[in-house]
Amino acid sequence: MKEHVPHPDLPPPISNVGVIGWLRSNLFSSWLNTGLTLLASYLIYLSVPPLIDWAFLRADWFGDSRDACNSGGACWVFVNVRFDQFMYGLYPAAGYWRINLAFGLLVLLAIPLFIERFNHKGLLAAAILFLYPVIAFQLFAGGSFGLEPVETTKWGGLTLTLILSGVGIVASLPIGIILALGRRSEMPIVKSVSVVFIEFWRGVPLITVLFMASVMLPLFLAEGSHFDKLLRAMIGIVLFQSAYMAEVVRGGLAAIPKGQYEAAEALGLNYWKSMGLIILPQALKLVIPGIVNTFIALFKDTTLVLIIGLFDLLGMVQTAITDSNWLGFSIEGYVFAALIFWIFCFSMSRYSQALERKLHTGHAR
Amino acid sequence: MMKRIHAVATAAVLFTAATTTAQAGATFDAVKSKGFVQCGVSTGLAGFSSADDKGNWTGLDVDICRAVAAAVFGDAEKVKYTPLTAKERFTALQSGEIDMLSRNTTWTLTRDTSLGLNFAGVNYYDGQGFLVAKNLGVKSAMELDGASFCIQAGTTTELNLADYFRANKLSYTPITFDKSDETVKAFEAGRCDALTSDQSQLYALRIQLKNPESAMVLPEVISKEPLGPVVAQGDDEWFNVVRWSLFAMLNAEELGINSGNVDAMMESKDPNVRRVLGLEGIKGSGLGLDDAWAANIIRGVGNYAEAFERNVGMGSPLKIARGQNALWNKGGLQYAPPIR
Repeated sequence: MKEHVPHPDLPPPISNVGVIGWLRSNLFSSWLNTGLTLLASYLIYLSVPPLIDWAFLRADWFGDSRDACNSGGACWVFVNVRFDQFMYGLYPAAGYWRINLAFGLLVLLAIPLFIERFNHKGLLAAAILFLYPVIAFQLFAGGSFGLEPVETTKWGGLTLTLILSGVGIVASLPIGIILALGRRSEMPIVKSVSVVFIEFWRGVPLITVLFMASVMLPLFLAEGSHFDKLLRAMIGIVLFQSAYMAEVVRGGLAAIPKGQYEAAEALGLNYWKSMGLIILPQALKLVIPGIVNTFIALFKDTTLVLIIGLFDLLGMVQTAITDSNWLGFSIEGYVFAALIFWIFCFSMSRYSQALERKLHTGHAR
Repeated sequence: MMKRIHAVATAAVLFTAATTTAQAGATFDAVKSKGFVQCGVSTGLAGFSSADDKGNWTGLDVDICRAVAAAVFGDAEKVKYTPLTAKERFTALQSGEIDMLSRNTTWTLTRDTSLGLNFAGVNYYDGQGFLVAKNLGVKSAMELDGASFCIQAGTTTELNLADYFRANKLSYTPITFDKSDETVKAFEAGRCDALTSDQSQLYALRIQLKNPESAMVLPEVISKEPLGPVVAQGDDEWFNVVRWSLFAMLNAEELGINSGNVDAMMESKDPNVRRVLGLEGIKGSGLGLDDAWAANIIRGVGNYAEAFERNVGMGSPLKIARGQNALWNKGGLQYAPPIR
């Protein structure tokens, strides 16, 4: 008896596999898709080659004045010359090491927090939250330990952006959590105070808050008692962002099933313990995307301080482009600022995704 | 709502003004005791105040701050700068955050009377002008009948232009833009025949053209924008110091004293020169300053011509002609009372 030998399988049609198959199923699967693909390619063809040509091929990179920019492309010389200012603002050059030291110290302190087996994370985090700001402030402002005092009007550039957003992030999260808890509290005074606070600050635009802080507030203070503009802006940003943070956290609290609250009570835990050990860890984990979203928004919102004359990264760029020796290079400056902001925001977003994966315990809905 | 905020602000300003009036000489004393002048400047305006590559503030407005510091302390570097936006500038002055404001501020009746401020003089006579392409072959704004104009939206520029053309019975087409960058691009692309803005701005915009030599600023000036340093009311001595610091620079130019020859001029026999340099006459006693106050200004900052040419004139990329800012005896408006 002849054993039946099945025909070997034919290879899949060439149009279904490999590059062609991928193109067919993803880009040319229907008339509409084909049309869109062609249109998109045309747009890319129109925009990308000139962009690369401008930004890289015909760009000028090195030099020290606008005379070095004569090839018609981007003039990165401008960014090059002003790089220190974009990073440190008008801070005296002799003091750059202080800023570097302060940020280096922060990175160094923060590294152990990411090491799984490090056991004293709580202690270290407390040191970063309470001790580090004091050290950093001493380094930035000077005036003690033989450091040259540097007034806050000279702080600027990326340094100021990081200071403002760092303080905003670190301060707004705990205040936001307290407000969220307050808003869900059953105590009438606590509850109404929280509600009024949150609704007031969410009801006004940040630009108004900054204007009030810089223009109106000094008028209401006693003659001669003006306090630092940077501090005023910082307080405004923190209050504003903590109201948003409160609502994000409240969303997390509301998503926790009632059974969890009841279980916590059944265990005999008091309010703070049940919140700290059972409810908040779950609630905060749920709203990581929302929290990071608020952080990213805050980071970008700090650029608004340029309307009250503080030179954050963007403000510094805008000042630099009014130097009569460098007039007309605004595009290069703005592109550079955009790139820096993108790097920071993208890293925050990636970090939050990593955090979500790490804290994922199978309960995610 | 806006109106009410305005009313509150005005009331607050007036209130503050009223309280400051009580203590004459307070600002001057405070400046002397703290050892520097806190000066409000623009956050960035080409030629008037901007931070250079090293982070030092430079510009024509900045030089007024430096002149005051030189007059009071004999050292033009004893200034601390507070960069201010247009909205903040008067509050900063009123609240005492700054001692003087030198921030391309137009002197108007409203500002001089309702904000509790005093304008100490005019360090730059600005006004609206026109920028046209050279190949248009136009030599005067009167030849611009029927032309199209690139304008920045929402500025008084628009209104001035309308007034001027109506008064001269000419027709025109306005094309408005939001940002000055866009305005320049449109002008460069030939979307309009002329670009109109304040003259000091026109020169800054002109540099941003691919070929600045292809465009020229017409001689007509159709509005008055006298820019000058401002101090808070209530300290007349301080007001005098700021005002005469500016006058000293103008007098020095008129008498031919500059930072290069000031030491040689000490030997001069001309009584006018000797009075400016504090060798005879009232010297510094009227202002409560050192006798060499004016000499210190000239040494540290230079005379008005030097400051002008260095920051906005032929020695700068802006290349603004003296025009209305020439001295009175050279066809301009800059006129300082004599030092005697």
